[in-house]
Amino acid sequence: MLESASTIAPSVDRIFWVLVGLSVVIMTVVGTLVLSFAIKYRAGTKAYRGPLPDWMSREVEIGWTVATLFVALFVFWWAVSAQLPHFLLPKRALEIHIVAKQWMWKAQHPEGVREIDALHIPQGVPVRLEMTSQDVIHSFGVPAFRIKQDVLPGRYTATWFEATKAGDYHLFCTEYCGTDHARMTGTITVMPPESYATWLAAQPHGEDLAGEGAQLFTKFGCSGCHGAGARVPAPPLAGLYDRPVTLADGSTVTADEDYLRTSILRPEAQVVAGYPSVMPSYQGVASEEQVVAMVAYIKALEQGRSEAR
Amino acid sequence: MKRDDGATMRSDDTGLLAREPGERTYLTEGTTLRSWLLSTDHKRIAILYAVSITMFFFIGGAAATVIRLELFTPKGDLVTADTYNRLFTLHGVIMVWFFLVPSIPATLGNFLLPLMIGAKDVAFPRLNLMSWYLYVIAGCFTLAALLLGGVDTGWTFYTPFSTLYSNSYVLLAAFGIFVVGFSSIATGINFIATVHLLRTKGMTWMRLPLFCWSMYATSLVMVLATPVLAMAMVLICAERLLGLPIFDPRAGGDPLLFQHLFWFYSHPAVYIMILPAMGVVSEIIACEARRRVFGYQFMVYAMLVIAVIGFLVWGHHMFVSGQSPFASMIFSFLSFVIAVPSAIKVFNWTGTLYRGTIRFSAPMLYALGFVGLFTLGGLTGLFLASIPVDVHLSDTYFVVAHFHYIMVGGSVSAFFGGLHFWWPKITGRLYSETFARSAALWLFFGFNFTFFPQFILGYLGMPRRYHEYPPEFQVWNVMSSTGAVVLAVGYLMPLFYLGYSLFYGERAPDNPHQATGLEWTTTSPPPKHNFLVFPVVRTEAYAYHDWDEAPGKADETMQDERA
Ligand code: HEC
Ligand SMILES: [Cu+2]
Ligand SMILES: [Cu+2]
Repeated sequence: MLESASTIAPSVDRIFWVLVGLSVVIMTVVGTLVLSFAIKYRAGTKAYRGPLPDWMSREVEIGWTVATLFVALFVFWWAVSAQLPHFLLPKRALEIHIVAKQWMWKAQHPEGVREIDALHIPQGVPVRLEMTSQDVIHSFGVPAFRIKQDVLPGRYTATWFEATKAGDYHLFCTEYCGTDHARMTGTITVMPPESYATWLAAQPHGEDLAGEGAQLFTKFGCSGCHGAGARVPAPPLAGLYDRPVTLADGSTVTADEDYLRTSILRPEAQVVAGYPSVMPSYQGVASEEQVVAMVAYIKALEQGRSEAR
Repeated sequence: MKRDDGATMRSDDTGLLAREPGERTYLTEGTTLRSWLLSTDHKRIAILYAVSITMFFFIGGAAATVIRLELFTPKGDLVTADTYNRLFTLHGVIMVWFFLVPSIPATLGNFLLPLMIGAKDVAFPRLNLMSWYLYVIAGCFTLAALLLGGVDTGWTFYTPFSTLYSNSYVLLAAFGIFVVGFSSIATGINFIATVHLLRTKGMTWMRLPLFCWSMYATSLVMVLATPVLAMAMVLICAERLLGLPIFDPRAGGDPLLFQHLFWFYSHPAVYIMILPAMGVVSEIIACEARRRVFGYQFMVYAMLVIAVIGFLVWGHHMFVSGQSPFASMIFSFLSFVIAVPSAIKVFNWTGTLYRGTIRFSAPMLYALGFVGLFTLGGLTGLFLASIPVDVHLSDTYFVVAHFHYIMVGGSVSAFFGGLHFWWPKITGRLYSETFARSAALWLFFGFNFTFFPQFILGYLGMPRRYHEYPPEFQVWNVMSSTGAVVLAVGYLMPLFYLGYSLFYGERAPDNPHQATGLEWTTTSPPPKHNFLVFPVVRTEAYAYHDWDEAPGKADETMQDERA
């Protein structure tokens, strides 16, 4: 039997099994009717076979149309209302960055710990996955959590879950991605929070993600334009995350991860109003993982904190 | 299947479609290869199509067999990963575009539509022949791609894999699909024009047999949806061949755009495959239950509603793709709505049996099998329309099982049912009823044996397009693969007894099933121009009851019921 190891799993299963029940009922009704008619009205029996009065067929017809419509709308409403909380990503969550490539999963914890084809997670804590792909479309699917989200090149997609049961679970790539698609699998290990802390402490630590981003920020020369005292007119980045930005074409966008990413890789696509489009593109210069780190750095630049580090 | 309908039975000849001396049918009008390849007779084109799709069916089926054999064991030990990927791509491409889409419309539809509406031919006979040539050209490109080394993108051609990363013959295959699209557009245009223009005297819209309505609805979908597929394939070639950045995210392209275009065609394509099946089944059930189709008008409207709403649900393939939650909710809603007309059809087929006089001939067994498998296929569609359940099930074997229930359990069963039902009309021969019935039952069990375990696999989380899998999934895979062997044997059976009937089968009378419908009023096989005397229609379709001819008589019983 399939483990049910996340907060959303029971509600998915509930809908699933109710649908199974519904299917059994409908199959039984149709099956019984077909069989009993087949027996009663088989050629050669003496059953009554006169015409059906018009009103009868009309009423039956309208009756079952309305009934199926009602059932369908009810299931729709129920399924959507179960999904709504999952559509909204939790604000306070452990944020894990995933970079997928043919044919492996790379995960980065906020503390800087990295894993390949494996992910360790504390139990009872909402985990939010910010994902992108370096090449083709992949999909991050964990049956035990009943979650799945395609991972696209060129943008970030996100999903979240809260594991409820310690254990090892399958991670599958569930979007066909080439030769070794079937081997693009991994293991999600859910641990009680204390063991997770111990595990994390025992891992080789690099700089944390934002710290790594800060270093890259200098290395790639971003600070030369965006840093304090820069001579080029470039917008300040402190407190930018999650705020509305007015673009040169007059439209307004929210500075989410995707926006920050595009600003770095294809700055000409969305130019900030009032600034010259002089920022170079970092496409092919900074890797997906480095971009992830710089985005984490920019997100960490809260207002008040100086952006020149 | 000996039934006497008072028609004079002709003597029993042997040899391939041997004829009475002096007998003239569409089969005798020229027997050279040229007379076939250049014929604009809709009946001969139907046969050309039938031969070609049968060939593709067995190529696609062979690929499926190897796939299932590979999955007997969790390790990828029979074929390499790359070969496996090429096999399922081949299976999908061939079965969808070279078998299922043309199956009923281009064979039974081509043969029967003009006969059923009392016409001499389709509206554009030469366009009809051209559509077959397009199909053959497209088939050559696809076979070339296969022989040169195959395509490994899956039948879905998702970008940017197909445009930037795949090292296989994507261009050839995409071009093949582009061309085969035009063959279905040509068929669609032809059928629409035929139904509008060539109905015989008295054949009003509401007297059309449901099979004609299904051809009409299918043609609308073909004509409106296929161009989008053609565009999507052109864009793939443009990016792959010319490097135009359309789907490449590094250049600001959007890989999801392709999925929208693809499913904008490919969801309606599901209805291209299932609507004709619904038409066939309606004809068979009405005839074999000796009863007018329950709720004829509702059946017509249900098909038209399906054809229209079918265009608005494509996003249900993209719930986990990163499409906006709002879009997902709308698509989910419409997917639930479209379940209603399909349900109505199932209830109406069941209702048709009520007070009928049911015969369990081979076509009827296929038709009843269709009703069961289609119902289960449709119900599992509700699972996939529910967003949270779909998140869990999408891209797993649950989806594979679901669409095989609709497309194989549904469409292929109906195609086989129709093939048997009209076989005497098409070939002028009777097949062995015993063999045909056992094949129908065999296929029904083989089918469920193969595909039911896949629902369970899917729920347990086994992803599709995996040639290796964790060992805990093996039990269900072994079941499914065993079933596949049974199924494969089942599909070979008709080849033999139908083939045998062509040589040694008894001569068929004009109307062996005592069916209504104009196609049964002409000879079996029909003459070149279909009718010697052009028919005039005086009754509604499916006048199977004796009170239809003498309305006065029915009143007694009617009054009884009302009181
Ligand atoms: C040559 C100077 C220059 C360099 C180097 C540069 N930028 Fe920029 N950046 C700009 C300018 C000018 C803009 C505003 C115009 C635009 O949006 O293209 C900008 C815009 C941005 C924005 C959008 C800001 C907003 O308010 O919406 C982000 C984010 C950003 N840069 C990040 C970076 C990062 C990260 C790097 C280093 C990898 C970097 N920039 C390097 C000049 C530069
Ligand atoms: Cu993959
Ligand atoms: Cu669909």
